[in-house]
Amino acid sequence: MNASLLEVDGLTVELPGTARPVLDAVTLRVAAGEVVGLVGESGSGKSVTARAALGLLPPGARRAGRVLVGGEDVLGAGQGRLRALRAAEVSMVFQDPRAGINPVRRIGDFLTEPLRLTRRWNRRRAEERAVELLAAVGLPEPERQLRRYPHQLSGGMLQRVMIAGALAGEPRLLLCDEPTTALDVSTQAEILALLGRLQRERGLGLLLITHDVELAAATCDRVYVMYAGRIVERATAAELFGRPRHPYTIGLLGSTPPLTGPPARLRPVPGTPIGLDEAAPGCAFAVRCAFAQAGRCDQEVPALLPLVDGADGAGHAAACVRLAEIPSPAEEVRP
Amino acid sequence: MSLALAVLRRLAGTAVTLLVTSFLVYSSLYLAPGDPVSFLVRGRSPSPAELASIRRQFGFDQPFLLRYWHWLDAVLHGDFGRSYLFHQSVGAVIWSRLPSSLLLVAVATVLIAVVGIGAGALGALRRGTRTDGAVLLLVTVGAAVPSFAAAIVLRSVLGVKLGWFPTIGNGSGLLDRLRHVVLPAIALSVTFMALVTRVTRSAMLDQLGREHVEVALSRGTPRFAVLRRHVFRNALGPIVTVSGLLVSGMLVSTAIVETAFGMSGIGSLLVQCVDELDFQVVQALVLLVVAAFVVVNTLVDLVYPLIDPRVARRAGGVR
Repeated sequence: MNASLLEVDGLTVELPGTARPVLDAVTLRVAAGEVVGLVGESGSGKSVTARAALGLLPPGARRAGRVLVGGEDVLGAGQGRLRALRAAEVSMVFQDPRAGINPVRRIGDFLTEPLRLTRRWNRRRAEERAVELLAAVGLPEPERQLRRYPHQLSGGMLQRVMIAGALAGEPRLLLCDEPTTALDVSTQAEILALLGRLQRERGLGLLLITHDVELAAATCDRVYVMYAGRIVERATAAELFGRPRHPYTIGLLGSTPPLTGPPARLRPVPGTPIGLDEAAPGCAFAVRCAFAQAGRCDQEVPALLPLVDGADGAGHAAACVRLAEIPSPAEEVRP
Repeated sequence: MSLALAVLRRLAGTAVTLLVTSFLVYSSLYLAPGDPVSFLVRGRSPSPAELASIRRQFGFDQPFLLRYWHWLDAVLHGDFGRSYLFHQSVGAVIWSRLPSSLLLVAVATVLIAVVGIGAGALGALRRGTRTDGAVLLLVTVGAAVPSFAAAIVLRSVLGVKLGWFPTIGNGSGLLDRLRHVVLPAIALSVTFMALVTRVTRSAMLDQLGREHVEVALSRGTPRFAVLRRHVFRNALGPIVTVSGLLVSGMLVSTAIVETAFGMSGIGSLLVQCVDELDFQVVQALVLLVVAAFVVVNTLVDLVYPLIDPRVARRAGGVR
């Protein structure tokens, strides 16, 4: 395996006035040329994890652990170093381009801002790059788009602009935070295809954050499943969807309509995720888990244990104390 | 391009507003108590024949609408009539006092812009700290202080006790005039400053919480540039709108401040001429004040699409 572009090591983030950490010992890695999914319900901590890679943790947060981007420690970096990283190494595609791109500034301004302000390029050079970027994300008449304002573009076009903006500094690592959630269905497929193409062409490491397990299955090489600030399962996409082991993953798969094959009967995961004001002394999923055992699951914090030998930090692993006793229902769920 | 059309339409609207205003101004003064003829003959008791000849000479014997038409016609030709009080043309009377009032308004505007926007931005950036608390307290106090009260305090403390600034008159020469205008300008702008501070603070807080600001930071844009290009730039809309309204209405407030500081200007002129029933001057002054209000706000409307391009699209249709 290549050296990791993104290495999150035991990252714990606590906000003042909350009962449990937002992130609890999160460990994940993304290598060059690899598409990694981070799946979970809203509030599970997936966005905070991605923002940590940019050094954008909420003010007042207490943190422990390490976040390395290209081998460089992000959490310990000074403002100047952090800005350089953001402008050149790692960037993020946000969920809603309508909210994420300043409505009173021109598209050209959005694209050239990091080049001109952080990299000190002159206007002409930055605009030439912006035109290349717009062409690369498939917008027609790129020169004309530079002069336009965000409200003159459709949501799908604007998300392409957002992606172009994220690629402006030629980063090696791209974080995509629900990049298609704010778009309509036909546009979603186009944007995903575009992201896939750009990732392959440029050999990017890509972290795809989504609440949609099927989407992760279809697009990612490896997937991490998060619940209440912890990684509960980690596997290659094929492993995870072929043989899910954690009860939460099993529940998630059972509650999502499959993209292919005959529609199966959906079984929602009962209950709701625990909030930041609720502490969980044991497994955070125990209260919703059909397999939960009193006196064990609600007291013991399960470690993320590798299921296969040899693969360090990347092989199939799950965090459940009853792992050996729970059958993987894969064959039954997915014929 | 429909932009030129939108501008033309806006200017036509402004002209109609001014026309309607001129009629209201002209007629309302005839509704006020007191007969201008009695002012003209003050101290004497003229015979009915003399009275009739005065009425004829000043045109008071004509029907109201005809008098309005003659007045409007003259005004449109730049003739605002003669002041009974100063025995001069109204234009000359106002013209001689306008510069000092404009200086006062200009200095007050600068104060409002610099202090109001500065304090508002400071409060927004230091939200929840002691600095922000102090800004909010001053805003509340400032908004509650009427300009005549501010005038009294400023004169007695900075003028009389500390002797830093003159307390009365206009001064002569540019520097001396500026020294004379400092205290009146502060008195005039205290309330307006507080309002602009409040608007700036809340508009910037609104923008600071927006996702596009987080996006800009996530792309490595330096913090100050983010504040300037995204936070302040986007907060400019409400700031400019409110400042336009305040500044354009400020000519009226000069009446109080100029009187309090014994300055000669169009504010004190207005007070004097209302007292003395010098109708021609009052009419012209009110028209001037309204015109300033309408023109400044038209300018703000015309500039607004540059501040927020999303408005440009609608500019032609709505108004």
